[in-house]
Amino acid sequence: MSTNEIKNLEEIFEAKIARDEKIEPKDWMPEKYRKTHIRQISQHAHSEIVGMLPEGNWITRAPSLRRKVALLAKVQDEAGHGLYLYSACETLGISREELYEQLHSGKAKYSSIFNYPTLTWADIGAIGWLVDGAAIINQVPLCNTSFGPYARAMVRVCKEESFHQRQGYEIMMTLCNGTQEQKDMAQDALNRWWWPSLMMFGPTDEESTHTAQSMKWKLKRKTNDELRQQFIDQTVPQADILGLKIPDDNLKYNNDTGHYDFGEIDWSEFWQVVKGHGKCNKERLNARKNAWENGKWVREAAMAYADKQHQRKTKQTG
Amino acid sequence: MTKQNLIHYIYGIADNALILGQRLSELCGHGPTLETDIALTNIALDLLGQTRSYYQYISNLTTDGSTEDDVAFLRKERQYRNVLLVEQPNTDFAYIIVRQYFYDVFHYMLLQELQLSKDVNLTAIADKSIKEVGYHQQFSGDWVKRLGDGTSESHDKTQQAVNDLWVFTEELFHLSNEDKIVVDSGHGINPKSFKDQYFNKISTLLEDATIKVPESKYFQKGGKDGIHSEHMGYILAEMQYMQRTYPDMKW
Amino acid sequence: MKKNWPLWEVFVRSKNGLEHRHFGSLHAPDAEMAIKNARDVYTRRKEGVSIWVVESKYIKASNPDNNAEMFDPADDKAYRHPTFYDLPDDVEHM
Repeated sequence: MSTNEIKNLEEIFEAKIARDEKIEPKDWMPEKYRKTHIRQISQHAHSEIVGMLPEGNWITRAPSLRRKVALLAKVQDEAGHGLYLYSACETLGISREELYEQLHSGKAKYSSIFNYPTLTWADIGAIGWLVDGAAIINQVPLCNTSFGPYARAMVRVCKEESFHQRQGYEIMMTLCNGTQEQKDMAQDALNRWWWPSLMMFGPTDEESTHTAQSMKWKLKRKTNDELRQQFIDQTVPQADILGLKIPDDNLKYNNDTGHYDFGEIDWSEFWQVVKGHGKCNKERLNARKNAWENGKWVREAAMAYADKQHQRKTKQTG
Repeated sequence: MTKQNLIHYIYGIADNALILGQRLSELCGHGPTLETDIALTNIALDLLGQTRSYYQYISNLTTDGSTEDDVAFLRKERQYRNVLLVEQPNTDFAYIIVRQYFYDVFHYMLLQELQLSKDVNLTAIADKSIKEVGYHQQFSGDWVKRLGDGTSESHDKTQQAVNDLWVFTEELFHLSNEDKIVVDSGHGINPKSFKDQYFNKISTLLEDATIKVPESKYFQKGGKDGIHSEHMGYILAEMQYMQRTYPDMKW
Repeated sequence: MKKNWPLWEVFVRSKNGLEHRHFGSLHAPDAEMAIKNARDVYTRRKEGVSIWVVESKYIKASNPDNNAEMFDPADDKAYRHPTFYDLPDDVEHM
């Protein structure tokens, strides 16, 4: 194809997205669109399955049977969401195995929030409340994103995720209505998870490299800073109901803007964790690698069995 | 039959579901594929759901106000009545599947009988659970075949798991003296009535999976009398961690 | 040996009376397992009463590059639709 032809195709393509038409896997798409989507969808998928680990850490220690089944179901949902997203990504011509390889080699990223340790039961509450809360804000706009398979996966994810945040908030609520020790536990969890949750929206708009392009392709509808502000505005009143204090002395409602002003985010910490030097980066990645490597013989066995069955059948009928 | 006898008997069923559910929940996020993770978690959720039904019934039977969670988390090791089979560790996927299959087939036959119990609460739980367990035994059975008749590596691992776990099968059919009272009253059921059927069924499937049925006549038991393997203490230490560290709190 | 589980497409009937609808995909070593995995992945909130699976590679798709020839010719065949025909308003049951 000549450069002119490609340019023409690109114009038609961009116009289609601008008209809110969806792009489907077999449609022509610019190489950059494909690559960006593989990167973002797989990063999203990796985040789901790495995200199973910090919470999975507490399933066996959940303090009641009701909490245990709820947490188990939640972590299972995350596996499901990872699966939907990997499937969406695979429609772009890359296999799940290749995507895993990128994760395991450190080439692909996942949400840094999961590199923080879950130290007490209250962390499970805080994750559901804050981390899932932030995730929902990031994800809801994606239900309308331009790439069909991604949008469809997100519709399913958002529908299923509606209980996750409530699950977390209910845990926090119970702790805050409990003994002093439980309240302290809840406050401590909020202290540790607040700032990392704010970092989940990514670098500030000035620093963010992908925003403009992502907006055009409807991978993003609002900027990182807008989403972060939305999260803060909706979470502060929720903390008030719990009777917990957000660990930010500069947090104050601004009557002029109608939003909360907040303190400086420690971006050096953000970049440290992104670059692989968070508390749990190694553990998380190793857990995923081990699961994959230890499962190799199982996956091979099932394929060998399927081949044998197939041969047996062909012999019978042949 | 006293109420105490009945409670004792129910523990003999419910604790299996709890401990196996607990073992399976250790795996969430660590399985060979996302698909198997999701499947095994479903089984864990079924088992924990059943556990809750039994414990809620026990909680209704007791007069001291014990809740399902008190029953689940506050007993001492010797008071748990699960069989040794379900407390065996997740050594590898072959152990996980074989342990599951050995238990599922028993569990299904047990529930079939329990549906005929005089105790309407138990029949109600059995009616609901049997559909879940029907699926469990299909799932685990399918996997035993795939692992046994897969590659030579998977075959050897499966044979090893079968050899090691076989010694715990006989205990499934053990009844304590108290259990016998409940069985005689028509509330409990006697698993010996389907013991031959059980061994026939698992042997047939193992042979189908090209796995040799162990000939060993030496079996281990004790769990049903509260004498567990060394694994049990660790399972409880983890499971009861919150309840023991922060007594008398609501979560 | 390096052989990965193939991809399957999953179709679920939500309830009797409705058609099977494409729900998504998953990996499985064979059809039997694909159905089981589909049950666990796609119907754990009681979303279905029947499942179809087909290995993705067996699905043949039309080429979107040919969409103009394939689908546009149907655009101007308004006579296939009831509104094409003019009838007085007082004609009922039609």
